[in-house]
Amino acid sequence: MNKEELKSIASQVRRDIVRMVSAVKSGHPGGSLGCADFITYLYFESMKHDPDRFAMDAKDEDVFFLSNGHISPVWYSVLARKGYFPVSELATFRKISSRLQGHPSTDKKLPGIRMASGSLGQGLSVAIGTAVTKKLNNDSQIVYTLHGDGELQEGQIWEAAMYAAGNKVDNLIATIDYNGRQIDGDLEDVLPLGSLTEKWQAFGWDVLEMDGHNFESIHNTLTEAKGKMGQGKPVVIIMKTEMGMGVDFMMGTHKWHGVAPNEDQLKDALSQLKETLGDY
Amino acid sequence: MESIETFGNKDTRSGFGEGLAELGARNENVVALCADLTGSLKMNAFQDAFPNRFFQVGIAEANMMSMAAGMTIGGKIPFTGTFANFSTGRVYDQIRQSIAYSQKNVKICASHAGLTLGEDGATHQILEDIGMMRMLPNMTVIVPADFNQTKQATIAIADHQGPVYLRFGRPVMPIFVKPDAVFQIGKADIIQKGTDVTIIACGHMVWKSIEAAQLLAAKGISVELINMHTIKPLDEAAILKSVAKTKCVVTAEEHMANGGLGEAVARVLASKTPAPQEFIAVNDSFGESGKPMDLMEKYGLGATHIEAAAQKAMQRKG
Repeated sequence: MNKEELKSIASQVRRDIVRMVSAVKSGHPGGSLGCADFITYLYFESMKHDPDRFAMDAKDEDVFFLSNGHISPVWYSVLARKGYFPVSELATFRKISSRLQGHPSTDKKLPGIRMASGSLGQGLSVAIGTAVTKKLNNDSQIVYTLHGDGELQEGQIWEAAMYAAGNKVDNLIATIDYNGRQIDGDLEDVLPLGSLTEKWQAFGWDVLEMDGHNFESIHNTLTEAKGKMGQGKPVVIIMKTEMGMGVDFMMGTHKWHGVAPNEDQLKDALSQLKETLGDY
Repeated sequence: MESIETFGNKDTRSGFGEGLAELGARNENVVALCADLTGSLKMNAFQDAFPNRFFQVGIAEANMMSMAAGMTIGGKIPFTGTFANFSTGRVYDQIRQSIAYSQKNVKICASHAGLTLGEDGATHQILEDIGMMRMLPNMTVIVPADFNQTKQATIAIADHQGPVYLRFGRPVMPIFVKPDAVFQIGKADIIQKGTDVTIIACGHMVWKSIEAAQLLAAKGISVELINMHTIKPLDEAAILKSVAKTKCVVTAEEHMANGGLGEAVARVLASKTPAPQEFIAVNDSFGESGKPMDLMEKYGLGATHIEAAAQKAMQRKG
């Protein structure tokens, strides 16, 4: 799939995101928009997976965990656009009895989801568990996770980081959505992370950096990360993104972390995002 | 009570250790995780026999719980081992989201529960764990009574699909469950039939209740004694059948009265067949350092306390 095709899908995913959160006047558009390019690439280009035959045990498939579960709109959109469930179901997001819960869950059996997330900091440990099981099962596929940068303030992340490096969990690629913003403000003001690269290196991980809005950078970095599998170290990608990417008035601020656009704002946002695959 | 056959004395945690090792040989999907308490949990036998399936996670219980949840994806059956305090309160959110809500097949195995942990004191003597775990949807809660039953329960829960909380302890106590008994989740053991009062107990309190039943028998009181090893799902039928005869109940647990076995039983009685009930449990208090059995006496969990409660329950029948 070439760069233009991926851009075209990501544009539709961004439309889905703003429409979903606007429809229920709740949800998290900022981080969702910021990760649209990455999640699109992951599911349409990088991962080995079969949307038609989703199974919990993920045998001989790559697995993805969204640890920062609040950006569920981007995941739901990509899963639907890839064929895990009907695109029309995106209209049920956050509504009563929907399979598309505010934060991802397994109990309503939405295909594509293997673990509930939302309470932050747990996904890296979960991913390590699945990666270890894959090794026990002689399954050579990869486990991916995505984390918010603010999520790294949770102590459990560093318990997991220590475990994965100390036990050579080298079938694991974690990505950090490094947009520098969280719900209460800029990350540097809320609780600075210091040098992320040096922190992960000190914990024993292979650290790569990537531009989360440049498909060439995403392609090259993920290719490099995959090449590092099986060499004794887990890999973390520090992905530079812009919260709210693609909608001008949502960029450059933390204010759209968890706020839905009103009707006028939605119209403005949609005018900036090309409809490429047909709205749901 | 007539004398009961016993089979020596051992700690329930050793029943877990033996059961886990036996299970390891029987089921290759069983894996074990421990947070730096392998010796205390008696997990060494499993570790030695199946080193590839044993995961030492260090003092990082949150990581252990979420990791166990992740390990189920691909078919493993993880057994986590640490103290009850660190198996529940410390990691409640991890259990809630990644295990209970996500319906993962994790077995949370918790030792050193309750006052009988002894000298380490209140920081380690959790008395709220049954309550926390039985509040979680999808969670099965089991508190076996002795060494044999803990071993049998450890083996049985591997065949149960879904999250389980298995609670056991540290002190050496008499063994009275038969070595060849079959453990059935959710099916209470009737240790003795009786007509005057029903005593429903779990864990170490089952032995204390056996002692109490002997004291009561000497006074001509006939006790129906139920070992309620499964707190959730609760064997309501066994409770109702017994209370239909005896018309009054004593519950006994090494746990806070709030949220424990007693309240679970009270709910059944209140909604189906109101009857007087006395609660042997810790009354809204933390524990403290001391010898295990001294603490049981000080906090009202001795055989004589159960005996007195039974007489009070009988008087309240009216």
